[in-house]
Amino acid sequence: MNVAVTVNGTVYERDVEARKLLIHFLRDDIDLTGSHIGCDTGNCGACSVILDGTLVKSCMVLAVQANGSKVETVEGLADGEQLTALQQAFTDHHALQCGYCTPGMLMSATSLLRSNPSPSDEEIRKALQGNICRCTGYWNIFEAVKSVAR
Amino acid sequence: MLLREVEYVKPSSIAEALTNLAANDGARALAGGQTLINVMKARAASPDVLVDLSGLEELKGIELGSDGTLSIGPMTTYTELMDSAEARARPILGEVCSKIADVQVRNRGTIGGNLCANDPTNHLPPLMAAIGAELTITGAGGERTVPASDFFLGVYMTAVGQTELLTRITIPAGKHDGFAAVTLGVDGTCIVNAAASMNGSLRIAIGCVDAVPVLIEVESPDTVRAAVRAAALHPPDDVHASSEYRAHLAEVLAERAARQAVGE
Repeated sequence: MNVAVTVNGTVYERDVEARKLLIHFLRDDIDLTGSHIGCDTGNCGACSVILDGTLVKSCMVLAVQANGSKVETVEGLADGEQLTALQQAFTDHHALQCGYCTPGMLMSATSLLRSNPSPSDEEIRKALQGNICRCTGYWNIFEAVKSVAR
Repeated sequence: MLLREVEYVKPSSIAEALTNLAANDGARALAGGQTLINVMKARAASPDVLVDLSGLEELKGIELGSDGTLSIGPMTTYTELMDSAEARARPILGEVCSKIADVQVRNRGTIGGNLCANDPTNHLPPLMAAIGAELTITGAGGERTVPASDFFLGVYMTAVGQTELLTRITIPAGKHDGFAAVTLGVDGTCIVNAAASMNGSLRIAIGCVDAVPVLIEVESPDTVRAAVRAAALHPPDDVHASSEYRAHLAEVLAERAARQAVGE
């Protein structure tokens, strides 16, 4: 089935099988390997992307369902070498260790701050609930997000 | 993960969707996909055709009638229910939806998908049973409406036949509701849940203790625990909780939900 998906502003047209998950389309078909596959069961959030303005886990969306849609991935955040304030805050607060969960964390936090630039502590925690990190204990991730909240 | 090969169709009307479902015994409706796509990964379901309902505007939206009745399209997401001014007419709806999984799942998962999946650990089946929701099912022969108490037939089974669709969820006016659950971690997999609604008598539906929500009616929260004991539940055992512990939680949570419903 032919699909056209706009990813980070570029339109990609591909012929995909209906059974292909969006995460595999991103990683295998258009070579955007920033989004990770952690659990493949919808729990870990490492594959989180923004689909038509809405945060989703791309292992629970079929590529054909994204036909005609706009997808934002972690590769679309920085402008060249210029990190977003949130990405810089992750560095400054040591909010990543192994980095595996980071693409999903960044997309979840980006989505939160777009809809709610001044989240409460509780709202930050709730927004990151769908993203699992095995290294940091979450505290520095929380601090990084909080530091860029207005 | 690579799913088993499957065909995909995206109908543009309910009639077309019903035709798609009737055309193949292995066809299955795809709502938000937050359950179905995962069970397809595990091969617990292997549909031949996915009928994607996301293009059907008739299945979306929330309307509030002048008498306080809510009419909800089954393709409404949990997030939409939480954010809807209309849905605040029955505050328990947004409250329970906010306890489902996480942001990503709430953004994509739908009320209709939750009900039609009828996983015994889902929150919405007992909630619908407690608050007296009515479910409209549409097939080639027309529409029928069944009360939530008759909608859930067994684990993963509902009154919606293979060639039918859930097309409307109708929720009567009311504010005196409660909900309590014990889950694995905050908002995780449910071990036992209970929903309650005060409307003359107290109607309580307990989930995760049987194949379908168990309904009990009592006069006051003080008699809830005795009524749950009298129901002689035999909940399933699993790695998360023994049958005995689930039966205990059923009493505790039913009472908590009941006390919230009566405003205690």
